[in-house]
Amino acid sequence: MSRYRGNVEAVRNLIRETEVHRDVYIDDEVFQLEMEHLFGNTWVYVGHESQVPNEGDYYGTTIGTQPVLMVRHGDDTVRVLHNRCPHKGTRITTETYGNTGKFFRCPYHAWTFRTDGTLRAIPLAKGYECAKLEESHAGAGMNPVKHVHNYRGFVFAKLNDVGPGFEEFFGESLSSIDNMVDRSPVGRLQVAGGVLRYMHNCNWKMLVENQTDTCHPMVAHESSAGTAIKVWDNAPPGAKKPMAVEIYAPFVAPYDFFEKMGIRVWPNGHGHTGVHHSIHSNYSAIPGYFDKMVAAYGENRAKAILDENRHNTCYFPNLMVKGPIQLIRLFKPISANKTLVESFTFRLIDAPDLLLERTLVYNRLINAPTSVVGHDDLEVYERAQEGLKVDANQWVNVGRLYEPGEQTDITAESNGTTEWQMRNQFRAWSKFMALSM
Amino acid sequence: MAAPTNQELIDFVVREARLIDEHRLDEWLELFADDGIYWMPLEWGQTDPKLTASLMYEDKLLLTIRIERLKGNRTFSQKPRSRCHHVLQVPQVDKRDEPANEYLTYTPMHYVETRHDEQQLYAAWARHTLTVVDGKLKIKLKRVDLVNCDAAFGNIQLFM
Repeated sequence: MSRYRGNVEAVRNLIRETEVHRDVYIDDEVFQLEMEHLFGNTWVYVGHESQVPNEGDYYGTTIGTQPVLMVRHGDDTVRVLHNRCPHKGTRITTETYGNTGKFFRCPYHAWTFRTDGTLRAIPLAKGYECAKLEESHAGAGMNPVKHVHNYRGFVFAKLNDVGPGFEEFFGESLSSIDNMVDRSPVGRLQVAGGVLRYMHNCNWKMLVENQTDTCHPMVAHESSAGTAIKVWDNAPPGAKKPMAVEIYAPFVAPYDFFEKMGIRVWPNGHGHTGVHHSIHSNYSAIPGYFDKMVAAYGENRAKAILDENRHNTCYFPNLMVKGPIQLIRLFKPISANKTLVESFTFRLIDAPDLLLERTLVYNRLINAPTSVVGHDDLEVYERAQEGLKVDANQWVNVGRLYEPGEQTDITAESNGTTEWQMRNQFRAWSKFMALSM
Repeated sequence: MAAPTNQELIDFVVREARLIDEHRLDEWLELFADDGIYWMPLEWGQTDPKLTASLMYEDKLLLTIRIERLKGNRTFSQKPRSRCHHVLQVPQVDKRDEPANEYLTYTPMHYVETRHDEQQLYAAWARHTLTVVDGKLKIKLKRVDLVNCDAAFGNIQLFM
């Protein structure tokens, strides 16, 4: 039975001012509608241009649940194509990374396509003379994703024609990407070190919400970060605090630390924690790095770049950026109760290798399937996914520090423990779901 | 102790796995040299633990944090606790370097980790770099290469 398809009011009614209906997390039909509308009408992160440095390089990924290919075309632009042969539907590539040369060749019937997707040749072409191939879907080649935008190396795409343009959709929120890129003395990043992949048996939005949930670290991570502090307390006096302890410890900072850290919301569901300081603020200096930044930007600008310590920036719907540690996470929806988390790390071009090493330590300690901090988080997500089955209460509360008349689609700052950013996301969810229903 | 015999090296590796299976993790940690490392690469044939991501690359401090965490009353991901089980092939002694006090073993294995109704099977190759410290064999490096090292996993909470 279809409860939500074609019923925009029913979808809208899932979101209240301070509450969200459980079907947003557990209902298969809502999930399918998210893939069609939310992931169709918004700009979704595809990949970084450094993943396809040379002509013919490709990278296979998904937008929502749609398989796509990011490819470097002959004119040096990065294109995004649907990963499907227009003939019988065969997926063209199955390796995540590769180089296809001048053209893609379908492994089934050897139809070939240029790296912009256009049909190049088919064997025994004469047999199609009366089939009006040029007027058909098949003759159009591999469908390109229509709307693609490369912002400072970060490639985003929008599947549908409806929805705002790139600049309108992201607006000021792009400042978090700017800050991460500017941390390279030459203003360039490169995906490096390998991608950690972590399977979560929960809804993708639980992860997105958790990025600006500052009331959980000192509770959920007492087990990991709290234990790290206790163990380190037994270290001999004067011992140099290891990078790992520097990374673990702030996760159990007191509420006061998180309240003062601040949260900023932006239009269209974007927002970030760490307006004033964050868990990344007190890392040890990396020898030689600041001097390089000063040489590149001048002292004032270098300081301004490095004093920005945004913790998690959520790019709605499913990209999370951590500028100060040069890391992004992508929450890839698989089904209502299954999400793949991919964590990519970046090398800051022309900066010391120790920065990449620290990024990788962070990623390993926080975002790996073997990470104890990750175990804390996934445990509570999975418990929530189970607990939402309880019929007695069908609503999730996101009411912390709500004030009646709270505005939507504005830029504003608030106390770091507000759930405003979660409400901001759900209002954007409702807006982009309804846009094409 | 004089140079360990091959049988002593093999017995050590077998006992190491058993200590994990029996949750005797404090005793297990004592098997590591002070500068010992536990490494689980992310990449097939990985050579670089620093500038390439790993699933684990941990010194005794980080291993201690894991073990202490498993004992914690507020370690919610261990309510109920995970259990694990190793099936080892007979460890092979790949290299004996007595002057350098270094011995390498190679042990293909299956490792099962279970919690609630879920049971995960992992296949791996364990490589131990062992050394004699104060008359006792110690681990300088335990490297665990998963066959599917680059797959997307759920929680892996214990030690392989």
